[in-house]
Amino acid sequence: MSTDLSLRRRILLAALVTVVLLGGAVAYVVIAGHRGDAPAAAASAVDAGPGDRVLFRNTAASGYGRVATVARGAEAGPRKLSGLDCVRVYAAAGRGICLRPDGPLATYQLAVLDSSLSVAETYPVVGVPNRARVSPSGNVLAWTVFVTGDSYNGGKFSTRAGMINFATGETVDSLELFSVTGARKTVDINFWGVTFADDQHFYATMSTAGKRYLVSGDVGTQSVRTLAENVECPSLSPDRTRIAFKEAIGGNPAKGWRLTVLDLATMRRTPLAETRSVDDQAAWAGNDTIIYGVRRGTRDSDVWAVPADGSGVARLLIPDAESPAALWD
Amino acid sequence: MYLASVERPAAGRADRTKRLAGTVLALGTVSLITDVSSEMVSAILPLYLIAGLGLSPAVYGLIDGLYTGATALLRLVGGYIADRARRRKTVAGIGYGLSAVMKFGLLAAGASVPWISAAIIADRAGKGLRTAPRDALITLSTPDASLGRAFGVHRAMDTAGAFAGPLVALAVLAASGQAYDSVFVVSGCVALIGVAVLVLFVRDPRAPRPPSSTVSLGAAFALLRRRPVRMLLSGAVLLGLSTIGDGFVYLIIQKREAIATGWFPLLAVGTSLAYLLLAMPLGNLADRVGRAPVVLGGYAALLAVYLLLGSGFGGPLTVVAILFLYGVYYACTDGVLMALAGPLLPAELKTTGLALVQTGQALAYLVSSVLFGLAWQWWDANGAIHAFALLAFVMLPVSAVLLRAAREH
Repeated sequence: MSTDLSLRRRILLAALVTVVLLGGAVAYVVIAGHRGDAPAAAASAVDAGPGDRVLFRNTAASGYGRVATVARGAEAGPRKLSGLDCVRVYAAAGRGICLRPDGPLATYQLAVLDSSLSVAETYPVVGVPNRARVSPSGNVLAWTVFVTGDSYNGGKFSTRAGMINFATGETVDSLELFSVTGARKTVDINFWGVTFADDQHFYATMSTAGKRYLVSGDVGTQSVRTLAENVECPSLSPDRTRIAFKEAIGGNPAKGWRLTVLDLATMRRTPLAETRSVDDQAAWAGNDTIIYGVRRGTRDSDVWAVPADGSGVARLLIPDAESPAALWD
Repeated sequence: MYLASVERPAAGRADRTKRLAGTVLALGTVSLITDVSSEMVSAILPLYLIAGLGLSPAVYGLIDGLYTGATALLRLVGGYIADRARRRKTVAGIGYGLSAVMKFGLLAAGASVPWISAAIIADRAGKGLRTAPRDALITLSTPDASLGRAFGVHRAMDTAGAFAGPLVALAVLAASGQAYDSVFVVSGCVALIGVAVLVLFVRDPRAPRPPSSTVSLGAAFALLRRRPVRMLLSGAVLLGLSTIGDGFVYLIIQKREAIATGWFPLLAVGTSLAYLLLAMPLGNLADRVGRAPVVLGGYAALLAVYLLLGSGFGGPLTVVAILFLYGVYYACTDGVLMALAGPLLPAELKTTGLALVQTGQALAYLVSSVLFGLAWQWWDANGAIHAFALLAFVMLPVSAVLLRAAREH
């Protein structure tokens, strides 16, 4: 082809192709930029304090990404939309955590929320938000962000899980600094998915030397201890006897995950009735029900509920929602 | 400007060694455009998978672990087919095209992890496929005496694209209200422009068809029986064995200097900047003083990087020195090694031969980065870097002898 056309013609053709392709690209960017703002949704006052409500991130087109609540028992009913945008949200005992973009560039911040979802303080976080939790007392916030460079860093990734205690002012920059019992600490050690027993004690996922463990941790002694293998994104029940988590099928995350409950007294695992692969840190709604987000496409998600004892079936709880937190526990 | 002056064919009456073939500039442009496209996606892929799709870290590790092991073989096969059919441009075009289409494939894959993985594998396969034919085209359209300069110009343009990619991605994200899909669409469109430039402006020099027996599997294997090729390949592999990879270099700097993780990408930017600025002058230097000394000088710079990393020196000046030397290492080795290999290979097996050298280095690097990871676990970062400094120190004179022997033929 290159030999058949004159240079002039080839330059013209290249210019034409470039204009058409760039025009298409720009048009797509413009359309994508206006996708979210078609149906404007009014923001209302939202009570995120303790009470019979479920807090979540709204993924409906109207008010996409904003924090909302629904009443317990009428979860599919009308939702109260706040004006607050978050990527991941959680709340307990009148304090909330919101991980959200910080400006138009790809940086993020942690916003500390009060019971009316006003932002009390913000902290920059380095990395992409992944998980967020609040201790049952509302005193300690925990977050997991995902740190990765770009193609340059040779395919290595790392997560960073940290905590802030507002009662004592104590902070944990990264759980990687804690001492480890029960497994060897390797270069590629990573922590994610913290869940609290109280302000001092927690559970989390630790990955080291290619294995993923459930660890119990103590902020006072700055240490973690392994409890079980192949447990990811733990979530402690309100009565502190069981942990809901996602178990990699056949120990291999490539095959997906099964939502499972681990009894901490007997270490017995009970797979739940949800058979789809769930990639979320689940939450408890009371001591008998697990709630979690299930993806629907690249932007949408629904919150589902399933009995915690392995019986029954999964049911759709809140359509167009993710990152749920039951506020009555 | 240098580039503008060489673009005009009318200026071609100047000294032959000063002139660059239009094909080299066209390939440089294709690489620049393609790197903008691919680095756009690399920059936001973790964000998309983790924040956008809410995948957990383990899945990200899996997807990102789909590395070049399989594509190394594909590179050899692609190189051989390109030689066999005498269609280097076509094979390179298929590689560029495959990667371009896969940007839209990522979009179509939606939230499905298997499809996302498939799209990423195909994208990397495209990259594996196109590298050797592209370098062969540069070699075939440039007189031997100015190969260093040609590869220097090409690599500088390539790196400039890699520089711009993440910035373009951030701009697109900001303009589209954080819509990741728009980054994939823009990246795909940009990549298709690159394919168009390749199709329209790159010429595949067609020498008369050689006797059919000269391009056969037997002849390809016989490359290894040529003493210079064998020497060069062993030298390249030995040198490759002493490289630990960007990830570890930056990780050690970060740990030693307690650099906040947010600044981590800037380390790579510093290296690329040095590479970008030095690729052309060092390519020129290689044409004048010989390519083997420049390649060896590059590995000496790498040894200096290890020594600095393993020394007690600290502070911003040391970091700048390390990044600069690391950029020198890239500028002295990446393109110059191809310029060194080019003239040693027969024209009809040029692509296969270049693919062989690239694959040899890639596999050597794979081995050495795994070894370095293990060494880090056995000792610690410091012990591992000292071990590799020693290794590089031993490899350097051995490789020098091998490369010298290759060149003397």
